[in-house]
Amino acid sequence: MAGPHETRATIDAIWRLESPRVIAGLARIVRDVGLAEELAQDALVAALEQWPASGIPDNPGAWLMTTARHHALNTLAHGKMAERKHRDLGRQMDALAGDADRIQTELAANMDDDVNDDLLRLVFIACHPVLSTEARIALTLRLLGGLTTEEIARAFLTSEPAIAQRIVRAKRTLADKQVPFELPRREELEVRLTSVLEVVYLIFNEGYASAVGDDWMRPALVEDALRLGRILSGLAPNEPEVLGLLALMELNASRAAARTDAAGDPILLLDQDRARWDQLLIRRGLAALARAKALTAAGVGGDSGAGPYQLQAAIAACHARARDPADTDWAGIAALYAALEGRAPSPVVSLNRAMAVAMADGPAAGLALVDALASEPALAAYPLLPSARADLLSKLGRLAEARGEFERAAALTGNKRLRVRLLARAAACGDVPPPERR
Amino acid sequence: MKFLMITKSIPGAPPPTPDQMMELGRFTEEMIKSGVVLLTGGLIRPSTGMQIRSAGGKISVTDGPYAETKELIDGFAIVEARSKEDAIAHATRFMKIVGDAEGEILRIFSSEDIPPH
Repeated sequence: MAGPHETRATIDAIWRLESPRVIAGLARIVRDVGLAEELAQDALVAALEQWPASGIPDNPGAWLMTTARHHALNTLAHGKMAERKHRDLGRQMDALAGDADRIQTELAANMDDDVNDDLLRLVFIACHPVLSTEARIALTLRLLGGLTTEEIARAFLTSEPAIAQRIVRAKRTLADKQVPFELPRREELEVRLTSVLEVVYLIFNEGYASAVGDDWMRPALVEDALRLGRILSGLAPNEPEVLGLLALMELNASRAAARTDAAGDPILLLDQDRARWDQLLIRRGLAALARAKALTAAGVGGDSGAGPYQLQAAIAACHARARDPADTDWAGIAALYAALEGRAPSPVVSLNRAMAVAMADGPAAGLALVDALASEPALAAYPLLPSARADLLSKLGRLAEARGEFERAAALTGNKRLRVRLLARAAACGDVPPPERR
Repeated sequence: MKFLMITKSIPGAPPPTPDQMMELGRFTEEMIKSGVVLLTGGLIRPSTGMQIRSAGGKISVTDGPYAETKELIDGFAIVEARSKEDAIAHATRFMKIVGDAEGEILRIFSSEDIPPH
């Protein structure tokens, strides 16, 4: 049943979806992620050879798994590994020789019952804290996102050899440090899960921050991160922060089409055309948030209340629910930022809280909070602090001070478009003499 | 990129067997779990579908030109795929389960389709 669709591209598409499960299943048996990936690649090679003629099997995932097991058994039985061009692989397979009986038994047994647990183990090992953040991101996209090194390199604007080397090194580190292919113990679960969620959110933001680029690969990272988040929430449906992160990503992604104007300039949240927000993603985000909230209310994840991702998602949800900016629940947002200050304190969060308070209780209340942040060293060169101050001062009619702050913000920003906008706002404050410096 | 997929049964084709329905349910669940299917559902098109047309300011609604066969089950899904080929691969697997049917794969317009100037 060879046809025009049985192309390399279609096989790649199937591989992208099925390879994580195949690699995860093999990794449990051979207890080495690098080796598991090599063995899985053997199955891909076989698919590329056979499927164009035979057609795509009814259950391609099962086919790939069976083929990979078969290849692994063959190579183990005939000791062919040493001959392979991949020296590492030969060495690793030799090391497994003492364990050959167990491996052969497990390879032959067709146990697919705990494929979810295998996938979770793969997630945790790809995001293991012994690896650098960059290595975690590359390995996660490769092993769980099913991306090629070329695709990862394009997404991160770097060279393919650099990514390939990063992945090879990461696998070697996991092998050298003898990181076990197992689920984290209860006491280290929180730390390990934090690392996983951080990696997924970094991938999301890498794509989200580059909303309009010449290359569609970067925005595609948003979809990759969403896909990872959705898979994770299926694997760990009772972890409130997994659902919180998923909700946050779905809600943020829902605004993608409204975030930039025709010239590629960013449009601020309150100025966006809300008709262009993706209602399907909003609905999915709100549903994930509701599940996260219910779990937290039931006491899952400790009694410290909602986690940082859930709180950020709840803030995004306040915006998503408001059909009109004037309907925004600013008091609710201010309260959520206050909670976030408690869970994940940062001057930027405090500044956001101050601006929400300004919207809820008036510019004077907001300004008092902003002024309290003026001595914060982390914000000394942060252009959004003077621009926030300027905004509130202008609302209070203190135009001369506002003008000075807009100019200070313009001098601090590295973004040309933003600088033009800030200087225009400074000019709009009128030609009044700048206030004496405090 | 997102795609809208619509399938319709071919009139006269045998209805899906319970095994097919079970397999379809399993496949759908897998695709939802893997983050590909964002929304999916059935369409009661054959017996109650309507067509709406606007021509020269006049709106007309007519019952669709579909066979009045109650057993036909149509469906739709909104999926997120990395490429056109990914979308075709997903649809191909779906079709292999349902048997004789036909459908459409339509790319949903997104901000990526607006060229930056």
